[in-house]
Amino acid sequence: MTGDITRLSAADLAGALAGGEISSAEATQAHLDRIASVDGDLNAFLYVNADEALATARDVDERRAAGEELHPLAGVPIAVKDVVVTKGMPTTAGSKILEGWIPPYDATLVERLRAARLPILGKTNMDEFAMGSSTEHSAYGNTKNPWDLDRIPGGSGGGSAAAVAAFEAPLAIGTDTGGSIRQPGAVTGTVGVKPTYGGVSRYGLIAMASSLDQAGPVTRTVLDAALLHELIGGHDPRDSTSIAEPLPRLVEAARQGATGDLAGLRVGVVKELSGEGYQEGVSARFAESLEILRGLGAEVVEVSCPHFTYALDAYYLIMPSEASSNLAKFDGMRFGLRVEPADGPVTAERVMAATRGAGFGDEVKRRIILGTYALSAGYYDAYYGSAQKVRTLIQRDFAAAFEQVDILVSPTAPTTAFKFGEKLDDPLAMYLNDVATIPANLAGVPGMSVPNGLSDDGLPVGFQILAPAKADDRLYRVGAALEAALETTWGGPLLDRAPELGLTTTEMTL
Amino acid sequence: MTALTTDLVGYEDAVRRYDPVLGIEVHVELGTRTKMFCSAEVSFGAAPNTQVTPVSLGLPGALPVLNGKAVEYAIRIGLALNCTIAESCRFARKNYFYPDVPKNFQTSQYDEPIAYDGWIDVELEDGSLFRVEIERAHMEEDAGKNTHVGGATGRIHGAEYSLVDYNRAGIPLVEIVTRPITGVGDRAPEVARAYVQTLRDIFRALDVSEARMERGNVRADVNVSLRPTANDPLGTRTETKNVNSFRSVERAVRFEVSRQAGVLDAGLPVIQETRHWHEDTGVTTSGRVKSDAEDYRYFPEPDLVPVAPSREWVEEIRASLPEMPVARRNRLQADWGYADAEMRDVVNAGALDLIEATVAAGTSPAGARKWWMGELARRAKQDEVTLEELTVTPAQIAQLQGLVDSGRINDKLARQVLEGVLAGEGDPEAVVVARGLEVVSDDGPLLEAIDAALAAQPDIVAKVKGGNLGPVGAIIGAVMKATRGQADASRVRELVLERIGA
Repeated sequence: MTGDITRLSAADLAGALAGGEISSAEATQAHLDRIASVDGDLNAFLYVNADEALATARDVDERRAAGEELHPLAGVPIAVKDVVVTKGMPTTAGSKILEGWIPPYDATLVERLRAARLPILGKTNMDEFAMGSSTEHSAYGNTKNPWDLDRIPGGSGGGSAAAVAAFEAPLAIGTDTGGSIRQPGAVTGTVGVKPTYGGVSRYGLIAMASSLDQAGPVTRTVLDAALLHELIGGHDPRDSTSIAEPLPRLVEAARQGATGDLAGLRVGVVKELSGEGYQEGVSARFAESLEILRGLGAEVVEVSCPHFTYALDAYYLIMPSEASSNLAKFDGMRFGLRVEPADGPVTAERVMAATRGAGFGDEVKRRIILGTYALSAGYYDAYYGSAQKVRTLIQRDFAAAFEQVDILVSPTAPTTAFKFGEKLDDPLAMYLNDVATIPANLAGVPGMSVPNGLSDDGLPVGFQILAPAKADDRLYRVGAALEAALETTWGGPLLDRAPELGLTTTEMTL
Repeated sequence: MTALTTDLVGYEDAVRRYDPVLGIEVHVELGTRTKMFCSAEVSFGAAPNTQVTPVSLGLPGALPVLNGKAVEYAIRIGLALNCTIAESCRFARKNYFYPDVPKNFQTSQYDEPIAYDGWIDVELEDGSLFRVEIERAHMEEDAGKNTHVGGATGRIHGAEYSLVDYNRAGIPLVEIVTRPITGVGDRAPEVARAYVQTLRDIFRALDVSEARMERGNVRADVNVSLRPTANDPLGTRTETKNVNSFRSVERAVRFEVSRQAGVLDAGLPVIQETRHWHEDTGVTTSGRVKSDAEDYRYFPEPDLVPVAPSREWVEEIRASLPEMPVARRNRLQADWGYADAEMRDVVNAGALDLIEATVAAGTSPAGARKWWMGELARRAKQDEVTLEELTVTPAQIAQLQGLVDSGRINDKLARQVLEGVLAGEGDPEAVVVARGLEVVSDDGPLLEAIDAALAAQPDIVAKVKGGNLGPVGAIIGAVMKATRGQADASRVRELVLERIGA
């Protein structure tokens, strides 16, 4: 039975729990067993929270037995990206500088998970401080792509995406600053949603770039993403940038979309996010998906967002600038790693320098240096100032586009998963992975990646949907419609085509 | 290091040959219940690192939320300083590494202060007003407090280790920055002191801070520069940090004027730098040199949204502002008819509130001043306490003066009554009764005493009868003595003359 439990969607598992067919303790144990059997190969988890997860599960089972009214997702286990602080559980953000740090408080979204009684399976691997597109920048080793263990699972949230794709967890939390939920979703064949900026509280997310960071769901189905999004989203007085209004009705939109009627929907294909640089198989799957949307009654037109071509440049000024300041607090004075200089006097300044020198990886240092430079007196206007102007232009492009269409679409990432090491020494090539996902972060609009097939290399491809701010429900309606239609043509979920993990590993290591 | 190689120039000589210009930055800790960006309590004297949250410790993931009360207080201060209140303004991050700044940046305001373009009139010792222009008043958070242990001086150099208390980190501050204060001449130290004192009085009147200098609620950074004449461009300034008493503000300005004059006389440039004030020796010494190396990399704080106080709210706050100290003083002086010098003495003696309360209880302004600036001031000085600390209330003084005005006691008896009040014997009425101090107004006993006195001094009676009224005082004195001072002296004189038939 346990082997089957891990293949259930969160919605189906929740139904089975509510119906008494499965206990949460069984479900949680099944996922812990799965982690035990496959994570040695995958390295999706940095910390497994077995005892606490099982305790939560048993508590849910008791409450359910006592007839208590529970949240629909109560008892459904979840994995949390290690950039989100969890009281009593190690939180490293993939960095040596936080090794051994146990936060004394919970992120708001974790509080909500605990209040709804979801067993937290553990913390997932990521690029250090969420800086990267491959999880190769984790200080704790690479996470492997379940589709091919020689390939990257995307990043920065490669751990969460791989965990969900490999059936180690039905649900996971990701964070997305420039594509860190959506791009891993695309390359692992999973669903990832970056909500509208301010839609999910950032309180307790270890910040990379405050004006861009956003937490969201990582799941195997669109409906599961809607269920999780509704749980973690909504106003939080502890986050000043949190949206005051209630969330749109996301689960309802997903259920409605799954019926397959998109009549009257206007879909805009972003001209600037296609063509050169996009892998052939990626473009082919994208074109097929457009046909499917047309078939469901949508009207598909091309729209131009001319300033998107500057998005990557603006992003690599704004993000490092904010990161250089956000990461200043990691100095060995109050928490985490503390390194004293090998020789010479032990002053606060020298301890800070030694700690940061030893604790941060190269990519983090690279971005801190970039950001420090961009904010320096005499350069601020040319770099940070100009980038903010570009940001405004990109927001205007979105506004103009959404006057013509209801949603915008593009491939999520230009290529399928690449091999480890392929782009590690070429930061610019690595940064190009996020070319299609970054504009949404700069404008604060919501975006979703839905698996839409395999490329010629047999690896998954993602379809990106973008909606106006606070209209996250449109993502779910369109995503669910596309997902239903595609699964009909495939005869089941895309992940059914992924190789069986235990076997593949043995073959590969031989 | 030039500071130590040149001689000081005598202050009078320095201001005769150079024109001093001031610039003053005052930080005031707001008396809010909680910190600027989190719910940690603010109270003085708590055990170290107990008034903290993940936000004020700068823990990973923590986010700031602005304290609305702090914004209201900042607006109150801005309005009291005749500033324009910004329609929208943002916070900025001031980035620098230091252990007492938990995030390694201070959340402050940079190019968008909440209040700007104001002025304040400062009263000098001679009663004249000096207008100081305010460039801006902005909101920011305080840093933690470092204690350096093991060094000889309590300074970081030579210390074995340092301790940081983050209780103070995140306490809301308003920083008030003046425009260059010119035209002060030899009164530079006095203007500096009076300005800081005026701000302190305003903070208290506004009830935005306890404004206790000795607790560091109000801290001043004093910029001083010299130029040959008022027509020359501004000279290079120094900034003397953390000058935390009125007297020190005055002394620090005076010292810097003397020191900089010495540097300039030696043909050397004044170095733009931060200087430390030494309370014990009354000198400033070189701190760090300010240069381009100090780059705070300011940028708008992305974790906070802009502050946009509605005009309705600002006007509501304006309408609720109390009268400012100088305006109140002017009003009271006009109401009471005090001379400038009298009013100044009253203010300097800290008697303003006491006299106002005494007058409100029914005493004439002259009567109230007579008591508080006379007998009570003498008594306070003798006991080395402030007027407020004396064990007598304005209501009791009003009652005492009422007894005098009604003729029940005379001035001399009143002083005895006051003794009783101060000794804790109760209200003046009660003291009069208990001590039997009422003026003798019944002529019967008085006439007996007069007759006795007349009989005792026949030679004087003869002189007075002869038309020489001079010696009559001896008779009156004898009567007063016999009645233990309880007789009304003018009535005694009347009766004596009547009796003699002069």
